[in-house]
This record gives sequence, C-alpha cells and structure tokens, in this order.
Amino acid sequence: MELREKLEILADAAKYDASCASSGTEKRDSRDGGLGSTEGMGICHAYAPDGRCISLLKVLLTNACVFDCAYCINRASSNVRRARFSVREIVGLTLDFYRRNYIEGLFLSSGIIRSPDYTMEQIVRVARELRETHGFKGYIHLKTIPDADPALLAEAGRHADRLSINVELPQPASLKTLAPEKDAGRIRVAMAGLRTRIEEAKEARADSAKARIVMNGGPRAAAPRFAPAGQSTQMIVGADASTDATVLDTSTHLYGSYRLKRVYFSAYSPIPDASALLPPVAPPLVREHRLYQADWLLRFYGFTAPEIMAGGENGMLDLEVDPKLAWALKHRWMFPVDINRADKEMLLRVPGLGAKTVERVISSRRVRSFRMADLARLRVSIRKVAPFVTALDHHPRAGLLDRADLRAMLIPKGGMADRAAILPAGLAPRPVQLPLFAHA
Amino acid sequence: MHNVTLATPDDFEGWRAAARALVMAGIPPEEVEWRAEGDPVPLFGGSPPPAPPAEAPPPRVPRGFPDLAGLVIRHRDPARFALLHGLLHRLQQERGLLDDAADPAISRANTMARAVRRDAHKMHAFLRFREVRVEDGALAAPLAEAGPMGVPDTAPTRSIAPALRDLGPLEASNEMVPERLAPVAAPAPENRFVAWYEPEHHILRAESGFFVRRFAMLRWSILTPALSAHWDGEAVTFGPGARRADAPAEDAAETLWRAYFASIFNPARLKPDAMRAEMPRKYWRNLPEAQDIPRLMQEAPKRVAEMVARGATPPVERRQRAVHLPAIIRAAQPEAPGGVDSSMPADLLTPNEDFAEAQAALRRDLLARNDLPPWVANATQPVMGEGPQNPLLMFIGEQPGDEEDLKGQPFVGPAGRLWNKALEEAGVPRDEAYVTNAVKHFKFTPTGKRRLHQSPDAGDITFYRPFLMREIGFVGPRLIVTLGATALRAVSGRAMPVTKVRSSLLRDPEGRPFYPTVHPSYLLRLPDPAAKAREYDRFVEDLGQAAATARNLPAR
Repeated sequence: MELREKLEILADAAKYDASCASSGTEKRDSRDGGLGSTEGMGICHAYAPDGRCISLLKVLLTNACVFDCAYCINRASSNVRRARFSVREIVGLTLDFYRRNYIEGLFLSSGIIRSPDYTMEQIVRVARELRETHGFKGYIHLKTIPDADPALLAEAGRHADRLSINVELPQPASLKTLAPEKDAGRIRVAMAGLRTRIEEAKEARADSAKARIVMNGGPRAAAPRFAPAGQSTQMIVGADASTDATVLDTSTHLYGSYRLKRVYFSAYSPIPDASALLPPVAPPLVREHRLYQADWLLRFYGFTAPEIMAGGENGMLDLEVDPKLAWALKHRWMFPVDINRADKEMLLRVPGLGAKTVERVISSRRVRSFRMADLARLRVSIRKVAPFVTALDHHPRAGLLDRADLRAMLIPKGGMADRAAILPAGLAPRPVQLPLFAHA
Repeated sequence: MHNVTLATPDDFEGWRAAARALVMAGIPPEEVEWRAEGDPVPLFGGSPPPAPPAEAPPPRVPRGFPDLAGLVIRHRDPARFALLHGLLHRLQQERGLLDDAADPAISRANTMARAVRRDAHKMHAFLRFREVRVEDGALAAPLAEAGPMGVPDTAPTRSIAPALRDLGPLEASNEMVPERLAPVAAPAPENRFVAWYEPEHHILRAESGFFVRRFAMLRWSILTPALSAHWDGEAVTFGPGARRADAPAEDAAETLWRAYFASIFNPARLKPDAMRAEMPRKYWRNLPEAQDIPRLMQEAPKRVAEMVARGATPPVERRQRAVHLPAIIRAAQPEAPGGVDSSMPADLLTPNEDFAEAQAALRRDLLARNDLPPWVANATQPVMGEGPQNPLLMFIGEQPGDEEDLKGQPFVGPAGRLWNKALEEAGVPRDEAYVTNAVKHFKFTPTGKRRLHQSPDAGDITFYRPFLMREIGFVGPRLIVTLGATALRAVSGRAMPVTKVRSSLLRDPEGRPFYPTVHPSYLLRLPDPAAKAREYDRFVEDLGQAAATARNLPAR
C-alpha cells in the first residue's frame, strides 16, 4: 500500500479524537542540537472546515483493533479498510511535516493489536526513535493503553509531553454496553497511576533543581521527566443517554481526582460504517459547545456544577443561550451589578464580561469611574452586558430585568443554535433518551 | 515642527533614544512628525529636534511600558511612533495610566499590540517552508532563475534569488550535525528551506528568533515583501524584500500534507465560520492545503448523506480477533458471585483456607455488588486491607483518602504515615499488624484540583459492614483496634463517642474484643502544636497498651 493511502486511512481513523493541543509543556529548543522547539504556547498550524485546529500530526499506528466499541470506526466488527504504519514511516512523516512548519509534533494513538503491551511497545518505539535517534524536540502526545505494562508507561512518559487515556463515556454502565472490552475501573486506575507518576516526577525535578542550587550548579543528573504537559481525557457526548449534569459531574470529578489538564467533549458523530447499536445521527455540536462553555465557567469563573445546571432544565443545558447568560436569566434578582463597585466574583458572573476583561476593569477602576463608552473600549459587547450592569451614565430601563421576554431579546440571531438547526441532509438529532437504555 | 526619521519601520532603539530626548527637551507630541526611512517625506519640512538640556532628568516609565512599546512599534500604522511618544509624555505625569485599559490612547496601543502579537502567532502557524536542493553551493530548481526574468545582477533588484546565491557555498558543517541525526529521513544538510510569507506588520526581524530556535539545524530563508531573513546555522542576516515568484513553487511533501488535511477533516461537523475566524481567507493563498477547502466543503453534505443512507452496516464476517489478549480483557467481566447477603452473619460463611484468595474474593464480591452507594462511581478503586493473617493487632480506619485511592493501598497518605510512625514508637512490629478501613472506597467532594474528604454516613457504614465482618473473620486478629468514630461504629454496631470509650477493652456483638482509640487524622487536624504533641503521645501510649493487652489475649 502506498504511503499516501496509509496516511489517508490512518488519519481518517484518528479524527474522532478531539484533542490536538500542543501547549503547556516545558520550554526547549534546537539551538543545542536536534530539531524543533516548544515555547509553552500551543500553535494551530491549520484549521479544517470542521473548525478544528490542526496542531499535531494525529494518526493511528494501525486501525486494526480487537476491541469492539460500538461508537468507534475502527472496532473489530467494522468493515473499514485496515492499514498499518511502520515505525519508520511515522517517524519520517513527522520529521518531514515538522521541517516544513506544518505541525507542532505528533499525536499517536493505535488500535489494540495482539496485546496491550505489544501495542504500547510499538507506540513507545516511535516516540523513542523520534527523541533519541533524531533529536526531535517538538511536541509528542501519546495515547496510553490502560492495561499496558508499567515499565512501558514509564518510558512513554519520558518521551511524551502529554499522555492521555480516554474515559470514552460519561457513565461506567454505558461503557459496559457500548465498549464491552473496556472497563471504567481499569481506566481510572490507569489515570490514577499517571497522576502519581506526573506528580512524583515534578517533585523530583523541583528537588534536583534545589539541590543544584545548593551544590552551586555542580553536575547532577536531572530527574527523569514524565509527561510535563500532564494528562487529558475525552468523553463522547451523545452516544449514550447521559445528561449534561452527568457529563459535568463526571468531568468535575475527573479534574479533581487525576489533575487532568483537559477533559475533551466530543459530540458523537456519524461514522461511515456505523454499528447497529448506534445508527448515524446528527452530531450534537451545539451541546458540545455549551458543555465546553460550562467547563470554562467551572474552571475559571468560580461556578459550581449545580449552579450551572440551574440555568438549564432537567439536567440539560440551555442550547439557545450560553450557560452564563442562562444562569443570569434565572438569577435576575442579583442584577444589575455596579461595574464600578462590584467585587471580582460578581463581575465574573456578568454575561458578556470575560475573565480578562474583569481583570482590566478592576485595574482601570483605580483611576477611573466607568461609563459605558469606557467599557466599549475594553471590547465588551454593550448590547450583551447592558441589561445586567450599571455604570456612571447607565442604568437598565426600569422593569427590563423583570420582563418575561428578556431571554427572547437576548438570544443571538443567526447564532450557533440557529445555524445548527439547519441539519445536513437526512440527519436528525438523537433523542436524549435512547431505547437502548430504557431497560437500564 | 520637528522631524524624526527612524532607520527601519521597527526601529525600537532609534525610537526610544529620540523619544527620550524629546521628553527631556519638553517637546510635546503634537510638535513632532515621525517617519521611518522609506516613508514619504513630509510636505512641510521641519527641523531636527534640539538636544535636550544636560541637566534634564531622564523619563521614567512603568515596568510594562517597554514591552508594550516594543510590540506597538512593529504595527504598520504610521501613527504608532507619535502614539507611543504621547504615552511616554503622559506617563511622566499620570501614574497608573498604563493600567487604565479604558483610556483611549492605552486602549489603542493595546489593540495595536494585540494585532502585532496575533500577526506573529499566525506567522509561526501559517508559514510554510519548501525545500530547495543545493548543488555545488548553488540553489537548484525549483527556485526561479534570475537570468530569464531579466534582472541584471548589478542593478538594484527586488529579487531574492540572486541574494540567496550570494550567500555562497553553504558548508556542510558536519560537526554540527552528529552522525545519528542524519538518517534516511533527514534532508541533505546543505539544502535550504525557503518560505514566502506576507505579514501584516513589521514582525519578521522580531520573529526570526522563533524560527532560529525551532530550526537551528536547518538552513532557511523567509521572504516577505518588505524584508527577507536568512539563517546559515550561525547567524540571521536580513536582506531586501522579495516577490512570491522568488520562492520555490512546490515541495514534494505537500501531496502528503494535503492528503492528511483532507483526511483529518470530519465532514459531519462542517463549521466553516469557526475555520475562517481562526484562518481568514487572506492566508489561504500561501497555504498549500487551503486549495482543497472549497472541494471539501462542497462534498461534505453528500458524504454525510451517504453515511445516513447506508445506516448501520452488518458486522464484518472476518472480524479482528483477539488471540493474544490477556484473559482479564478477553473474558470481559466474568460472572461474579451474586454478592454477600448483608443479613448473613460473618461466621456462617465458609472459612476460606487460602488467605490471599479470601482477600481477593472479598474484593470481587464487593465490586460485583450492583447496589454500591452512588458516590462509589467517582472513586478510583476499592482499597482493601493489608497485612498478615492472625496478626497481633487488626487496625480499622475510616476510609481511604486521596493517596490511598490513587495507589490502591490502605494507610499510605499523611494519616497513614503518622500511624506508621506511632506504631514504631510504640514498639509494635509492622508485620504483626493488619490494617484496613471500615469503608472501602474514597468518598469526597471535588473542589477544583483538590478532593475534599467527606465522612461516610450511617448508610455507608452499614453497607460496608458485612464486608468488614467477613474480613475480620478470615483475618482472625487477637485484638481489633478501631481508629476514630466510623470504625468504632462499624465494629460495635452502634454510634458512640470515641472520647468516652477510648483506651478501654470492649466486646463487639459477636464477643470479639476490641480497643477503641482516635484516628490519626484527628492528630493532624489539631491546630495547637502543644495539644498535637500531647495527643500524639497519648496515641502512642494507646497503641502500646493495645499491643500489651493483645499479648495477654488468647490467639485465635
């Protein structure tokens, strides 16, 4: 098979993994040899028409797989064409693409062939070859196979910037139904193991840095690195009957338990060769988007999951407005907020004020009393914030906050929800309650 | 009116020297006309600014200003020099001005800095190199020939092709490229990577460092309309601007790259607006992959419709088979025994001769329960007991904590370490102690990156109690030591305050002796160091007394 054909099959097989981040790792560059650099900030080298960033060469080593996960195009019982890269081919592609500035590095995953150890060994070999034979200093993200030997995981962590294990579905029960060979418990144990190793390596490096200072910078080997950009995971949204409340609850627990850098949500998207368990439906893109927004509110805006869910109904987020606006519309008595006096926590809750803007407002307030024009200069959408704030020259019209049609007034026209309502030919959204789970 | 001319459009040092002198001379911004070399000469001439008085104090700026000015100076807006001069002028009087993002001038400077930063970021992202073979020190095709284009070598020229040739034979500096770095995939070391790029602002000089750090081992050239940069492995040299035709027209790797771009795209999630927001059309003409975008977008609905029309496909007949998979995965979930009836007293269970198997069976039976408390789904794993059979002492704690949950072992967290220390000080050999918890899973509330321990409630204790009873049964200790209220409740079967019964010998409902004391985490929580030391001593005393008591009890 031609290299190009393999690349097409194995990139196609990898595209359902949402992560393409290349950020957050240690700084290094090639002035002392090798090829490549990482400077902390991720770089998206291209965008596909699906709006997703292309930062890494994201491929599978092989799409042959003995697991039979219903949601996956590569499942054992799928009719998809199978291919397999040699280690040398992936290494060559990565270097050729990197030198031409197409990519930040490699995101390598694989179907499970023969055994978890064999598969993991192959993945680690690619990373080892890149790092040790070619002095590659770009970004490497390796998918980790939960059941692989700890020694292989240790080596994977030494070469990779990021490791990830996908929890796949928000609930263990769904995993049992849709991915019979996978086990939520083993996945969690593996994530716990990664967290322990990542933290131990971080501590050891801090200690050895301290020791170097004490020893006047004398020679002392640095502690081995382990996935300096941490670990992440992915959850498929819309393949099972989990509500948004369940999804957010699971992600909150995952962040807290395993110190994940990111929990990615991936709207379940039709695959060319669907399983009878999961016939093709429209991917819930708006839902995915709202979940990401909610995730942001949880991590950077001081919201709790129950607060965010209070903005929606029946455990589902409001699809028409963003979760912060949805929350504000249900907590109108807390508004309007005085932009000149309110504390940071409250400013962060104003729809239309982002975290950076809030910092700027607080810093500017020391020398100025805000008028609406001042807010506009901070690139704030006045239309969006006006009902919720007071400024020197502004107070929302009397009764505006009590109007029943306030929500309707604030729904963005031609916004995400609107556009997503026009579904591609023949696609209907999946009902939230699947018959599959009716008995569960 | 005064005129100031800077050497280049991004001449920050020149601007800084001039602006300092102007502020020291007290010349206000509206009396100065700024330009860079090559900008149109103002119609109404002015004079160069006078030298500042020798005794004038140098201007002072807040910490963030040089960075901001360094970015703004690269913006293409001709008013940037005057804007920055105005800011420098005002900063001498207005403290805190830089922090006032709502000030019109600061807001404008911030907007310009943001545009420059974005331009630089997009250059890091969207610049594409094409490899050019170098033969005998001269660039081989596909770089355009200078001759046929009719550019005489002597005349001033905008073409970069001759300039590239003038770099002379590029040495294959072998000592810089170690042997192991030259495998099949590596390009010949003398080959040159050439990119054509059109930045919006004057950023090439500043951003060449990024490409040096990333591609120090390659030889490269970046051509832009206003300036070109060349890296020879030692230093960057800057040359005149170039034309698109001066860069190579193709690269062998582009076919593969375009194939990758087309394959990684998911037609079922067409979101062209999101793509255009991050990769506006103006960049497309210099991106080899972008020529496929219109086709991909056009075909997407049809491809999705086909997927839907096909619907679910029957499983393939010769499916991938799991030949070498370990049994734990292949056999999926073995049908576990139905679990323990909570009403069944522990002593009615068949005593299991094999201690390890008894422990494993306990774990299996616990996991097989389909009525586990709902919070268990958030724990990593059950944490079972550890230690010898028929120990002198069997310690029962409350529940695993954060570290125990991650490692799957009891008493390895902060409280466990304290307990270990106390045990040693009490003179109890570690191999005479079995340790476990009343509740086998970690119950917690997540708060950001931490997990806050949540005490198990009466229902949780009741749920795990049959498992604990069974465990006590096959461990067979001489004496049970309960640590804290939860363990006390689990063993005694009823709620009672630890402080009232502490350090005494009691009997559980089955008549087994047990000895209650506090939980080591209680010692950790005491804020007062004196109280902490006192309580710790008492805890050590308790452990010693428990061991002494146990030695006088009959072995089981």
